[in-house]
Amino acid sequence: MNERAAMPRTIIEPQFTVEHLSILDSDGTLDSALEPDIAPEELKRLYRAMRVGRRFDERMLRLQRQGRIGTFAPIKGQEASQIGSVATLRRTDWMVPSFRETAAMLWRGWSMQRILEFFAGRLEGGRPAPEQRDLPICIPVGTQLPHAVGLAYAAQYRGDDAIVMVYCGDGATSEGDFHEAMNFAGVWHLPLVFVVQNNQWAISVPLKKQTHSRTIAQKALAYGFPGIQVDGNDVLAVYVASREAVDRARAGDGPTLIECVTYRLSMHTTSDDPTKYRSAEEVEAWERKDPLTRFGAYLEQRHLLDPDLDEGIDAEITRAVEAFESLPPADPLVMFDHAYAARPPALDAERAEMAARLAQAPSAAAPPSGDEAPLSPERQSPPMRGQRRPWRS
Amino acid sequence: MAKLNMVKALNLALLQEMERDPDVLVIGEDVGVDGGVFRVTEDLHRKFGATRVVDSPLAEAGIVGTAVGMALYGLKPVCEIQFSGFAFQCFHQIENHMARYRMRTQGRFACQMVVRMPYGGGVRALEHHSESEEQFYAHIPGLKMVIPSGPRNARALLAAAIRDPDPVIFFEAKALYHAAKEDVPDEIETMEIGRAHVDRPGRDLTLVAYGAMLRVAREAAERLHEEDGVEVEIVDLLTISPLDRETLTASVRKTGRAVIVHEAPRSFGPGAEIATSIMEGAFLSLEAPIRRVTAYDVPFVGFARERANVPDTARVLAACRETLAF
Repeated sequence: MNERAAMPRTIIEPQFTVEHLSILDSDGTLDSALEPDIAPEELKRLYRAMRVGRRFDERMLRLQRQGRIGTFAPIKGQEASQIGSVATLRRTDWMVPSFRETAAMLWRGWSMQRILEFFAGRLEGGRPAPEQRDLPICIPVGTQLPHAVGLAYAAQYRGDDAIVMVYCGDGATSEGDFHEAMNFAGVWHLPLVFVVQNNQWAISVPLKKQTHSRTIAQKALAYGFPGIQVDGNDVLAVYVASREAVDRARAGDGPTLIECVTYRLSMHTTSDDPTKYRSAEEVEAWERKDPLTRFGAYLEQRHLLDPDLDEGIDAEITRAVEAFESLPPADPLVMFDHAYAARPPALDAERAEMAARLAQAPSAAAPPSGDEAPLSPERQSPPMRGQRRPWRS
Repeated sequence: MAKLNMVKALNLALLQEMERDPDVLVIGEDVGVDGGVFRVTEDLHRKFGATRVVDSPLAEAGIVGTAVGMALYGLKPVCEIQFSGFAFQCFHQIENHMARYRMRTQGRFACQMVVRMPYGGGVRALEHHSESEEQFYAHIPGLKMVIPSGPRNARALLAAAIRDPDPVIFFEAKALYHAAKEDVPDEIETMEIGRAHVDRPGRDLTLVAYGAMLRVAREAAERLHEEDGVEVEIVDLLTISPLDRETLTASVRKTGRAVIVHEAPRSFGPGAEIATSIMEGAFLSLEAPIRRVTAYDVPFVGFARERANVPDTARVLAACRETLAF
């Protein structure tokens, strides 16, 4: 018998750490050592964008309850996660949203009217302006993540300076596409920033049933790049972490995952009733951490708060709603225009068939401009506790 | 002009398209150093390097999803999925995104890209390595679905697919990869996507086939000529979607009879759409019911039973004779 070979089990000690960053707490108290150097005008711009996100969300909820737009995913509570991250991009960078990034999309130049069109069932709402480097809303969960990988690869391939920021939620981190995208990004060392808005709930499934990981940030470590967890209701923390990640990406130092710990104060979508699966106490606890309250308090201390801010924002929203509602009915024939670059003969024939039908009875194919009959209050989801019942307002 | 098999012909198309357009790149599993498991991408990495001939991690959704992003940026990726049986792991990227970006963004973005996949039986392969699933892709609006039948048209159609502004699913019959060689011109050649080809003119019956089934159709037509004195017209579809209804109906208006051959299972397969198109376009010319010779409506049967399932000359011959005798 040979001597026992010395091949023990050895421990590979991964030198992995996951940071949690918080700068401004829910009372507006600041860790001044961490306070970022952001110009006052930029701070005001960030706050305004967050207020725009909040006010527009509230108006959309009323429009939905009145049947003037269809189902949408409210962002209430996630304004800091979105604005703190997206504000670190250049116009020439790419932004890839999921379906709950209204505030970030507005920041990137999507018009309110476009967003209303999208949720009113008009595909025109998914068309970015010619100069915009933004992908449209992506509804299947997590499937936009590989597209961001491809954009980042292409930017690197062309030698462009552009980087890519892609959004998803905590639920998406269970999808295969999330892991495939993270893995590809790591292997290819791409200029890409993953922003996971961990809002604690994927419809009715809480985070603890979504993953057994201590954090979502640490999932990046398995793919060989850094992950950081930030207080997602602290716009300064989100901004600082995002700026670092964007700088890393632009410098050729590869991808980063930022987990923004936040909370969906409203429903998953307007078809959802969150009172069915979570407690009022939990919601109230998170309402006390509202990202707008604390950032407002911080700006107040710095004498940067404009008391008339909401007035201007509301007027802007009203103008957009009016422009949206004065659109002519959606022309059905447009549906044949963008299936292919050039219509194949059979599609031409289908278009001609519809054109003939419309010529005979134009009203038959043209829906009313609302595109959807208003729901009766009885058929609507009850609002969250503490919310007004919008259809009675 | 060189005598090439389909593998070499496809390789030539990739090489020449990559030479003429720096936005064209290849991405897939083992497409680099290994040259692809069927060697279709052989030596491309040597010529173009690892950033243009990309050995991806083993993840189909990652490959197609990444290629979608590349295409949105303006590149023209050619994906290789190792076997069409594995494409269900990227089917959502194909159906939800690749096919729809032009529509979703109302023309602002589109996916000029190709997804190549080997398909079909005849090579004594395992499950997920032998199936024919063209019907899934042919049914998706926004996609084009191409299946060449020989080296020369494979090369010309792949070049055309790479240049096509719409996303193309490109099926390559494994049974044809190393089958007959054909003369393939050295200079670049393309063929129009969406056009069927009359492979053999005839007046008595139209035999519709594509991919590996073209060989079977040719054998059946030859025997009908020799043994029955019947002149069969073969329509080689080449593009499954959008379907060339014009060529199909013109042929059946002349012959009055049609038999359709495909390797995919029968129900809701391409044959149903082809038959309906013929019925719509040539109803008054029809002398007999349209027949389909296809695989049966069963899941993968194993290669020990494959010959009984996939259409062969005898089955096509029998169907043609019954149609002619009707």
